[in-house]
Amino acid sequence: MSLMLNHISFKPTEEYHLNDINLRFDSGKMYTILGRTLSGKTTLLKTIAGLQTPDSGSINFEDTDFLSIPVWKRNVAMVYQQFINYPHLNVRDNVAFPLKQRKMDENLIEKEVQEAMEKVGLIGFESRKIQELSGGQQQRVALARSLAKKAKILLLDEPLVNLDYKLREGLREEFKKLFNVSDESNSILIYASTDPLEAMQLNGDIIVIDEGKILQTGTAKDVFENPATAKVAEITNDPAMNINKCLIQDNSLIMNDSVQIQIPDELKTVPNGKYLVGIRATDIYLDDQGFAFDVEISEISGSETFLHLRNNNLKCVATIEEVKTYNTNEVVKINFDKSKIYLFEESGDLRHSPYQQ
Amino acid sequence: MPKLYTFLKYFFVVLWACFVIAPFLWAISTSFKDFNSVTGGATYIPWLQFEPTLDGWSVLFKPGSQGGINIIGPYFNSIFVTLTASLISIVLGTLAAYALSRYTFKAGIVKNNDITFFFISQRIMPPVVLSIPFFIFLSSLGLLDSLAGLILVYIVLLMPIAVWIMVDFFNRVPREIDETALIDGCNPFQAFFKVVLPNSVPGMLVAGLFCIIFGWIDFFFAFILTFTKVQLLPVKIVALNSSITPWWSLSAAALVSVAPLIIVAFIVERYLSKGNLSGALK
Repeated sequence: MSLMLNHISFKPTEEYHLNDINLRFDSGKMYTILGRTLSGKTTLLKTIAGLQTPDSGSINFEDTDFLSIPVWKRNVAMVYQQFINYPHLNVRDNVAFPLKQRKMDENLIEKEVQEAMEKVGLIGFESRKIQELSGGQQQRVALARSLAKKAKILLLDEPLVNLDYKLREGLREEFKKLFNVSDESNSILIYASTDPLEAMQLNGDIIVIDEGKILQTGTAKDVFENPATAKVAEITNDPAMNINKCLIQDNSLIMNDSVQIQIPDELKTVPNGKYLVGIRATDIYLDDQGFAFDVEISEISGSETFLHLRNNNLKCVATIEEVKTYNTNEVVKINFDKSKIYLFEESGDLRHSPYQQ
Repeated sequence: MPKLYTFLKYFFVVLWACFVIAPFLWAISTSFKDFNSVTGGATYIPWLQFEPTLDGWSVLFKPGSQGGINIIGPYFNSIFVTLTASLISIVLGTLAAYALSRYTFKAGIVKNNDITFFFISQRIMPPVVLSIPFFIFLSSLGLLDSLAGLILVYIVLLMPIAVWIMVDFFNRVPREIDETALIDGCNPFQAFFKVVLPNSVPGMLVAGLFCIIFGWIDFFFAFILTFTKVQLLPVKIVALNSSITPWWSLSAAALVSVAPLIIVAFIVERYLSKGNLSGALK
């Protein structure tokens, strides 16, 4: 059983919200749609749910034309980024709502609701009002409601993004467990996220989307190691991969005239010319013999420090493995890990990845 | 510091309460006076400063033949017209407002906001502009001087208020709630009646309050569109005026006509503090 999206396009204004989307989702698998804000993730999920009708294309699920079925008959479940529940119902009735709507047997409803509440850890909160719950608990209610439905397609639209850091980490762990359990139900799980780290951790198939277009699909490892384009490399790394124009000439890589690196052996076959060079922030390190850059911004993130650096027109972000305060305009010397250099054509297509054989 | 704050808070609340209650007390005291007590200088306390009398009140309930105006009939007419018109306005207004808030309408350059504005623009015109059209409409429908005619006119006057308040209210209710209801198996009508409507009670109460107030206090249309068969309270009260202004019966009439609004305000206030939508969106 699979869900097929064929040539789905949606263009309500001058810009495409979805641009010729072709995707295949298989039952019992989990997919992560990774893209920046306004890249079309939510529109794509809403299109699958039926809340939005595409201008062209078709959706097939279990050999039926999905687009001809209205939302309320599609048997999908969706959890929003905002904590959406029914404020006039208590927790139990919130979870039971879709089942009651199906006119299920009362005893069966009770059993399913209990099961779902147990999964998300809401036992004891049955008769609470939604307004009395914390954000994390409200999102659990929404999640329990979508699980209780046992829908064949479960859509999660950045469900953790409005929660605080600790709660997010905790719930994400639970999500992974939940999804492993719900594998048995053979449902399709689609998770939208802006956070590359989250996408990698969830370890499902990754679908990279930008400006309504699918840029790459593949396993987390695949997308991380071999981003199809420079754009994908930016979206799938946090901080975004540093992409800069460069010139390859006589076995050296020149960025902005001022930075010149001897290229590693595996790049020597690349003909001279103009390219885009990609270096992850983590592959830039401090080196007294290195290139001088000015610090524009320095931000401490956990046990690391992100340095936004500038050398004339050349900008890059480096992750330093220590917590240290740098002053603005302080000069630091850095170097690039040559073995981790990506090379993209000027058009953006991947030319060389350090993970290529 | 907190003590000073508490003191100031209570001080101003009490001050405001006095400011609001004083005129009522004055009206109550005046309503028990007669001509001599009113014109004989400022007096406030019955028995001590003046001899109370029920003359002011009795005029309101005596039939015309005995020099009274008998407001009981008009009073119930006013209640019936106001409540019926408000109820219909709220029902129609809520439905219209939901549609205007959630669906996109387009006819040439006319869009949702223009339709919403069209509703409220009905209230921009001074009532006198509408008096002649309303008169002609009602007379051609044979509804002049009838409760049905008044209700019809009041719906036209009150529905814009309901639409305006409810559009604003629905715009604040996250669309995702409706969408979730659809996903959870409701068709659009079920989504409205099972999910949106139960959460709209606070907005409908506010809209209802405004409708009742504006319906209850209208004098102009009640005056223009009725003659003898049907009369509403505000029109009837004017009949009190004669060569000598009867302040005592006017005070009594004022108290009688403001009483329903006070009751409504208390009921609505109680419900308003109960319901809220805070659990819908974080």
